[in-house]
Amino acid sequence: MQQTWPFRQLLPDGLNLDFVGKRHFFLILSTVLNLLAVGLFFVRPLNYGVDFTGGTAIRMRFSETTTANTLRKELDPLELRDLTVQDFGDRGREFLIRFEITEGAEMSSVAETLGTLFKETHGESKFEILSVESVGPKVGEGLRRQGFLAVAVATLFMGIYIAFRFDLSFGLGAVVALVHDVMIAAGALMLTQLTFDLTTLAALLTVVGFSVHDTIIVSDRVRENLKRYPKEGLAAVINRSINETLSRTLLTTGTALFVLIALYLLGGKGLEPFAFTLLVGFITGTYSSVYIAGPVVLFWSGDKRSSARA
Amino acid sequence: MNSGSVNYKVAAILALALGALVYISPLLLPADFPLPSFLQRDPIHLGLDLRGGTHLLFTVDVDAAVLNSVARTGEDLQRQLKEEKIDATLVPDGVDLMLRAATPEAFEKARDLLPARLPTFDVRSKGADALLLTPSRAEVDQLKRLAIDQSLETIRNRIDQFGVSEPSIQRQGETEVVVQLPGVQDPQRAKDLIGRTAVLEFRLVAEGAGADDAQTVAAAAPLPGAPREYKLEKKVLMTGGAVADARVRPGTQMEGPYVELTLNDGGAQDFDRVTGDSVGRNLAIVLDGKVFSAPNIRERISGGKASITGNFDIKEARDLAIVLRAGALPAPIHIVEERTVGPSLGRDSIRQGMLSLAVGGLLVVVFMAWYYRAAGLVADAALVLNVIFLVALLGLIGATLTLPGIAGIVLTLGMAVDANVLINERVREELRAGRSPRAALEVGYDRAWAAIRDSNITTFVSGLILFQFGSGPVKGFAVTLCVGILTTVFTAVFATRTWYELRLSRGGLRTVSV
Repeated sequence: MQQTWPFRQLLPDGLNLDFVGKRHFFLILSTVLNLLAVGLFFVRPLNYGVDFTGGTAIRMRFSETTTANTLRKELDPLELRDLTVQDFGDRGREFLIRFEITEGAEMSSVAETLGTLFKETHGESKFEILSVESVGPKVGEGLRRQGFLAVAVATLFMGIYIAFRFDLSFGLGAVVALVHDVMIAAGALMLTQLTFDLTTLAALLTVVGFSVHDTIIVSDRVRENLKRYPKEGLAAVINRSINETLSRTLLTTGTALFVLIALYLLGGKGLEPFAFTLLVGFITGTYSSVYIAGPVVLFWSGDKRSSARA
Repeated sequence: MNSGSVNYKVAAILALALGALVYISPLLLPADFPLPSFLQRDPIHLGLDLRGGTHLLFTVDVDAAVLNSVARTGEDLQRQLKEEKIDATLVPDGVDLMLRAATPEAFEKARDLLPARLPTFDVRSKGADALLLTPSRAEVDQLKRLAIDQSLETIRNRIDQFGVSEPSIQRQGETEVVVQLPGVQDPQRAKDLIGRTAVLEFRLVAEGAGADDAQTVAAAAPLPGAPREYKLEKKVLMTGGAVADARVRPGTQMEGPYVELTLNDGGAQDFDRVTGDSVGRNLAIVLDGKVFSAPNIRERISGGKASITGNFDIKEARDLAIVLRAGALPAPIHIVEERTVGPSLGRDSIRQGMLSLAVGGLLVVVFMAWYYRAAGLVADAALVLNVIFLVALLGLIGATLTLPGIAGIVLTLGMAVDANVLINERVREELRAGRSPRAALEVGYDRAWAAIRDSNITTFVSGLILFQFGSGPVKGFAVTLCVGILTTVFTAVFATRTWYELRLSRGGLRTVSV
């Protein structure tokens, strides 16, 4: 029988890295990172978009270069509450202007006023309002509550599903891994202060779905290997399974990263926080299914095979 | 594997692929390419964030609708009490009505009469001379439902007359209405038009004895020299319900355009009577609590026509005519969310989305072909099929493609090959273990399936949760994610397996390159 040996390989044959043995180090590392994310929450909270805080965000493009400071000064007479002007790229021509809606004022008549003002300072047809988003404060509050609920429900469901398909300890491992991934991704968003809006939240939920993807692949292999190698300890079986699925894990994450990098670099400003969240989340998702999910199973089961039903 | 069933599968896949390709072909052909009539020019619906337009979210103040309705019931009842000569007064008390009887007889009569007259209210005694009338829970719910339905209807009427192509007006949740207006870049006018309550009332200007019980109402846009406010009688003689039609008339140079009302039969009779009874007095036309004009009634008017003047420009007059034709809103509505996307941002988004799709897709395709060689090409072919099916299916189920939706397609591309990676890695393992290509493929597909199924189910569920929770663009992403999983399983697992089965059945597969 003719074979086209050798296969192109990412990893050498018979690779046996000791993931499980180093679990304490990585558990501590992850715990520290998570605590940092929690700490960050108090120092530098998420930069919520108007979806969640309420308020108005206006994206504008000017035909000539200007600066955020100039625009802020020009907007001074309007006395907008909590005004921020953010340079949105395109070499100083695109800006995001954000402010609170004053109580009682019509929601976007302000946008109109703004247009009139810029007509005076920049001249007609020297600027363009790309988009206007106005969200009432109550709506924002409701969306925020619902959003966190959605992430929590999704995480819990994943845990239950895995506990049901595999074993309670695997479900627990998956949930710990998911919470870990979401925290790291949220931490990265806090660090970069990218806008956290509905689309970013969608990305976070997708991270939940993807991260569990990896955990399932590893768990599936653990289940199979428990049958195949009845004499090995749980730790050894988990380590073997992680090694066996490692090239798949890296390949899949790799192709996903290809498209995400393309999306991040080429998808435009609107998709930047979305693509960034997925990038971070997918990387930590891969990491956590190797270093967190398995070790949690071990920790819970105490290296006894009996509790991990084959 | 018998070759007959393989042939059927191949035929089915090819037929589906051809169908899907034809369906989405208008997207790939130039815009002026002559299409056969069975093809839609836009096989997939673009969201507002891509095509530009305005998205508005209104809440209907249903509580106000209930209050209004209860107050009206109270007025009716008060009239009936007067006719029956029962000496009692009714005052609204929150959503309840409080009846105070002047005499013990009146109290008893009212107590006996009310349950029959107001079957939807609970009647309770409050002390010796008062009754508390509370609308039942069912009645309140009914009133709220009615208010929403009526608001939807009215908004729809107004937008239809506003002249927007493909507007979408939908109820969301308990008390909200979503209005999407593609292509509308000037939301202010649309908002004014939709948000206007448009309660029209004809009331007499108070004079003499009636002046004590009068209400002061501001003028809408006083002409120079005209009064800034009016004292009006509380009694409403006619409402917007009497209007059959409203048209803009050019008017004189001085007055500008005005709106001419054509009254329906009942309205014409009422107007005839009202004007006949009150010759010489002033009749105020009140819209949303503002007096537009208060002309003097010179003579009985029997033609069933009335007019509203008010220093309008032609646009204002036209919008006023629209709201009067479309009818009043049963309750005030408030804008709680507004999103407008200009056409250039939409175009940029499409371009950037397509570019990332192309570049991301190409990277994946090249990588798979390099890494797995022939099996990579098979996976790549499945990937191309996947995108074709995904876009066609999104179009067929009437989903809306949004910017996050495009991102979802890109993401599907990146994750779809996961199934092929899982399968190929398995097949490699089995080949290494010394199995024949046929056995390696069969075992590989079977063993990989459990992991593929489980991992796709979880992603599918997170998509469902997202759909449940999300709005607009995010829903678009959720739909793409879920449909993408279906097409991925079909193409990356079923279609590629069928390909290998076909090769095996023809005996052409001596070696597997994975």
